[in-house]
Amino acid sequence: MAVYERAYRGYAGPVTPTWSRFLIIPRYAYQRVLASRVFVAFLCLCFVFPLGAAAFIYVAHNLDKLAELGLAIDATSLINIGGVHGLGFLRVQAALLGFVLAMIVAPTLISADMRNNGLPLYLSRPFSRLEYMAGKFSVLAILLSAITWVPGLVLFAMQSYLAGREWLLDNWRLGAGLLAGSLIWIVAISLVSLAVSAFVRLKILARASLFGIFFMAGGVADAFNGMSDTVWGDLVSLGALGNAVWSSLLGIETESTIPAAGAWAALIVVSSFCAGLLYWRIRAYEVVSS
Amino acid sequence: MNEPVIELLGLTVRFGRRDVLKRLTGRFESRSIGLLGPNGAGKTTLIHTLLGFHAPSAGTAKLLGREIRGETRWIRRHIGYMPENEAFIAGMTAVRLVRMMAELSGLPPKAALERAHEALFYVGLGEARYRTVESFSLGMKQQVKLAQAIVHGPQLLFLDEPTNGLDPPHRQRMIRLVNEIRESGTITLVLSSHLLRDVEECCEDVLVLRDGHLAAACNLEEERRANKRLIELEALGDRSGFEADLLELGCEIATHGNGRLKTVLPEEVGVRDLYRIAARHDVRLRRVDFKRDSLEDIFLRAMEGDHGGL
Repeated sequence: MAVYERAYRGYAGPVTPTWSRFLIIPRYAYQRVLASRVFVAFLCLCFVFPLGAAAFIYVAHNLDKLAELGLAIDATSLINIGGVHGLGFLRVQAALLGFVLAMIVAPTLISADMRNNGLPLYLSRPFSRLEYMAGKFSVLAILLSAITWVPGLVLFAMQSYLAGREWLLDNWRLGAGLLAGSLIWIVAISLVSLAVSAFVRLKILARASLFGIFFMAGGVADAFNGMSDTVWGDLVSLGALGNAVWSSLLGIETESTIPAAGAWAALIVVSSFCAGLLYWRIRAYEVVSS
Repeated sequence: MNEPVIELLGLTVRFGRRDVLKRLTGRFESRSIGLLGPNGAGKTTLIHTLLGFHAPSAGTAKLLGREIRGETRWIRRHIGYMPENEAFIAGMTAVRLVRMMAELSGLPPKAALERAHEALFYVGLGEARYRTVESFSLGMKQQVKLAQAIVHGPQLLFLDEPTNGLDPPHRQRMIRLVNEIRESGTITLVLSSHLLRDVEECCEDVLVLRDGHLAAACNLEEERRANKRLIELEALGDRSGFEADLLELGCEIATHGNGRLKTVLPEEVGVRDLYRIAARHDVRLRRVDFKRDSLEDIFLRAMEGDHGGL
């Protein structure tokens, strides 16, 4: 099939290993996603908070140098870093920015394939539905990791380095909580946003649906809690579920929220349900009801 | 005996309570197989089942000697599929789409890029390969679908209604491409269509599906050769002696009144013999036609025949 010959010929060259092929999807997806200036600007914005936190940690450990520069700061105003800061970090980076990121990216991943009947092109190749899902999931997982646990662990490492071994031994749970809390959240919101995108083909509608699921559900949960005078309304709020799970991981006592075990169970159920829906929806052919 | 390209072994596919494909059985060895049938006959379902999209509810099938149930990945590595409906990924240029599909088939990125360019030139989209696919006309979208189906150099190519919705020049172009690919000798084609002409122009073997059954299967070239022995003629004069001599030579005869008759000549009898016998009996032959049984005749017979004729 050489260009100059204009004749068909087969292919007998080397082939890539099967296990690595799902990574083709993120490679192509990133080229597309990062072509948007608005998205790149948003991604930069996602690093403002971690950079601020890094500056805060640095300043807290270098007061003497600031004093040399004539910038004396009262040390008592700088609080001791612990689980509450980890929770704050997760609320900003994972719950807020992470969800907005998933809301922007997920509909471009699956809706675009489904809208124009692109799935048979993928699935008629040596590429399974699970690999397709893994490929799409990894696009979100890598981006969300870049703004959640990766900067979280960098900050933790920085604080450990500056505060010393004793602080690390006292606060190891903060690092583990940041990692585990980010990972469970990444799995949950990636699966939720991919499942919604698989059902709503228009990107704008998919984004609106995700917005509704995350933010409106929080309002519904608060209303239910207010009316029933319980905390079980939080079961429908992803944000509240994440908050309860993170609190348990970071060892923070919180009141007026559902028990951690309930939140874990709810997140696992939601994630499994969305994974099932996604697997059912990703098919090479259209089902026409008669 | 050659290894069959497609071997159907009582293949049955059921959706809900309805059997969409019913105990299909047959071996097909030629390099180009046409899949004919009216809408809803099960052509696309058969292709989807062979690709592993649907699981057979009974029986099985083999493609290139491999079982479709257990060796889906191997089969998909060696086949190309051009879907019936519009199929592309929004926002992607033709070259990126075809390259990505080549990579998903296992080609390394560099080889995939090279072959994506080649495939797009080959199907006639060389100049348009950096345009997004959604900006293409229907004919160009069909060409992109063909490019992605051949980019990885498959051994077996499934073309599902490749000329669907094309105007005559685009249709001609598509048929020419399909024939060129077939004549390359390195690939076997399975072309599904409800257009008899497409199948007649591109295929050697034909399978006719009707209501999920295999209603007919034949080799077009053999049919044509056999039909060369069928002659329609119009004779004037007393034909009794003429007909008796033909029967004596082993010809089969059917008369239709007004001097018209059809005869099937045995191998050793030629047209020249007909004229000789006619002259002997003072019969004038006004018209002698070779009756070619067209694909349309085969198709219509299959549509009229009983289910499960094969």
